Amino acid sequence: MNLTNLPIGATAKVVAVKGNNAISKRLMEMGVVPGVSVRVIKSAPFGDPLEIRVRGYHLAMRKNEADAIEVNEI
Amino acid sequence: MKSKIQSSKFKVPSSETAVVDSIKGQRTKDKGQLTIALAGNPNAGKTTLFNALTGMRQKVANYSGVTVERKEGFWRLNGDKNAARLIDLPGLYSLDATSLDEQIARDVLLGKVDDLPKPDALVAVVDATNLERNLYLVTQLLEFKIPVVIALTMVDTAEKQSLEIDTKKLSELLKIPVVGVKATQKQGINELAEKVLQSATTEATPNFVWLSDADFADNTSEEDIHLSLSDDKAANKKIFARYNFISDVYQEAVKPKNTLERSISEKIDGVLTHKFFGLIILIGILLLVFQTIFSWANLPMDLLDKGFGALGNFVRLELPEGILTDLLVDGIIAGVGGVVVFLPQILLLFLFLSILEDTGYMARAAFLLDKLMSRVGLHGKAFLPLLSSFACAIPGIMATRTIENPKDRLATIMIAPFMSCSARLPVYTVMIAAFFAGQTVFGFISLGAVLMLAMYALGILVAVIVAFILKRTLLKSPTPPFVMELPPYRLPNFRNVFQNMFLRAGLFLKRAGTIIVAISIILWALTYFPRPLDEKIQTSSADSQQNTAVIEESAIENEKASEQIKNSYAGKLGHFIEPVIQPLGFDWKIGVGLVASFGAREVVISTLSIIYSVGKDTDDSETLTEAFRNAKRDDGSAEWTPLTALTLMVFFVLAMQCMSTVAVVRRETNSWSWALFMVGYMTILAYFAAFLTYQGGRLLGFG
Repeated sequence: MNLTNLPIGATAKVVAVKGNNAISKRLMEMGVVPGVSVRVIKSAPFGDPLEIRVRGYHLAMRKNEADAIEVNEI
Repeated sequence: MKSKIQSSKFKVPSSETAVVDSIKGQRTKDKGQLTIALAGNPNAGKTTLFNALTGMRQKVANYSGVTVERKEGFWRLNGDKNAARLIDLPGLYSLDATSLDEQIARDVLLGKVDDLPKPDALVAVVDATNLERNLYLVTQLLEFKIPVVIALTMVDTAEKQSLEIDTKKLSELLKIPVVGVKATQKQGINELAEKVLQSATTEATPNFVWLSDADFADNTSEEDIHLSLSDDKAANKKIFARYNFISDVYQEAVKPKNTLERSISEKIDGVLTHKFFGLIILIGILLLVFQTIFSWANLPMDLLDKGFGALGNFVRLELPEGILTDLLVDGIIAGVGGVVVFLPQILLLFLFLSILEDTGYMARAAFLLDKLMSRVGLHGKAFLPLLSSFACAIPGIMATRTIENPKDRLATIMIAPFMSCSARLPVYTVMIAAFFAGQTVFGFISLGAVLMLAMYALGILVAVIVAFILKRTLLKSPTPPFVMELPPYRLPNFRNVFQNMFLRAGLFLKRAGTIIVAISIILWALTYFPRPLDEKIQTSSADSQQNTAVIEESAIENEKASEQIKNSYAGKLGHFIEPVIQPLGFDWKIGVGLVASFGAREVVISTLSIIYSVGKDTDDSETLTEAFRNAKRDDGSAEWTPLTALTLMVFFVLAMQCMSTVAVVRRETNSWSWALFMVGYMTILAYFAAFLTYQGGRLLGFG
């Protein structure tokens, strides 16, 4: 399951960050690494990007980036 | 490891680069001056701490060859006579050199920046409310084997959020000193100084456990400045290892709060990034900013305007007539005055931009607008540089360095000058004051405000179209990542805000004080020389006298002056380009203004002041706007119509008339061809848009 599929307000545990590219690297640097829990806060007015909460702070990302994050809903 | 560090400083070096390092190191030791670098995540309170440590003893420059800002100050560690050099690194999330900022920071830490010795110690600014992600940078800093001291900020906010941080434990686990600071109240500053002094002089190297030696060697080798794709797997492994270590530290040192509780920031965001109200508020904020700039700024602007006028008159009365007095009054005072008068607007605009940035709203604006920006092919982060470009394209273009994808960055740079910068304001305001003042739309909205908004809108519209085209042709690339922190809302730190405001205004004035005054003087000379032979003027005056029965003395003076400018170099230049600009409704006088303003836009107003004041009685306190309205052609028709004014405004929205911007683009893109391409396409666009405006307006029966 991808982060994008999570409903707003849901909490999940990151299983993997797919792809070996600039996006996955940046996401991991910002703390989105396997094992961490994330919560989907909201999406922007036009449906994209998403706002998530991770490690106690808020991070915005586009849906196609959130697709790279594989999660298990808690 | 300890011996390794020492050896690099004292051992006889073997390689050439090491010689340089060692000499630098030696010199530093002789002077006893320490170099300390300040590193931290964006929004961690780094600027506030830097200000508290250095006071006003700081300077801002650029790292050579790039436009990454280099902020440096002196920090009186321990009240020592010989203050330490404090280097403020750019705000960083990571040191993997994926952005220019990260690359520069890395160079500083490796001692690879000219005239900057390798830092003796680092102060890592760590936001207590965002500990885990902030510690990520700390782990990377430690890998550089320079002593690190953590300055823990926002401790009181963390306490309010019932986050309990055991700083002692944190220090033990990381094996480096941790000092809680409250920079605004100067709390913890002395302790920080003490610890930094201690670390810098004892050279204790922290040993870390999250990376294996092989990983570490790979990480600090100077070769891997650019991580290629094949390295990414190893890089990801390292990131994972660092965060695993951090998670362990966090669990031991912090009693976390109940994460389900909504923070104040989340509650504010419930409104400010709301699907509907968020956008309404965004538009409202932008409108408010513009409205206040134009109403608040009026009083000081009037005062400055009158002040410079009075100064000019005073100088003319006190000094004997002659070239020098003319140069002083008509060239220098008029030129400087024409620029300084717009300072209040610039200060206000930067005040707002600084507040928006300091409070954390800028990131929300990017969040709200990213979908729109990405439709054009741009990053939401491009919003901030573009918004800054409303004040001045130069800091705006410099701010694009936060955009990591080079093509995206280039596209943003290419359209940034379409944002109506403060240098265009003089043109808009003078044109509106002269031809559209006091008129209303629907009886209550001022026509001036509508036109002003229309000019901003035109710039944005054209920028969107150009970006759309560029991203599909010359700068084709896949949509880059948008991963951006939404920092917690904070009250702005007014010291930072005002400092930033005056810094930017100072940079603008420096520009105004040099380029614009220089151009004003050149222009004055262009209109002043060659001096006509007295006979010629007399003959022409005599001709006029024959034709007219009674002519007042002032009218003769006027005609003299008008003859003078027609025969001057400027007049000739204006006449020369008149055929080209005639289809735009511009005469040679505007032609002179256009030629002059290719150096800097605001110059057009001082140029026109000179041209029109030369052509009128100097004792008469007629303002420029009245001069425009009253100016007549030879056939008696008005030189300026509202349509001419509108056409000129449209031209100024789109034309590339700023040498400084061209210079910055050249530096940021590292290519003359992009800078010249920008000048070329913008000028052509401006010409055609002005042509359509003027000819279209005439077809509709205006002008």
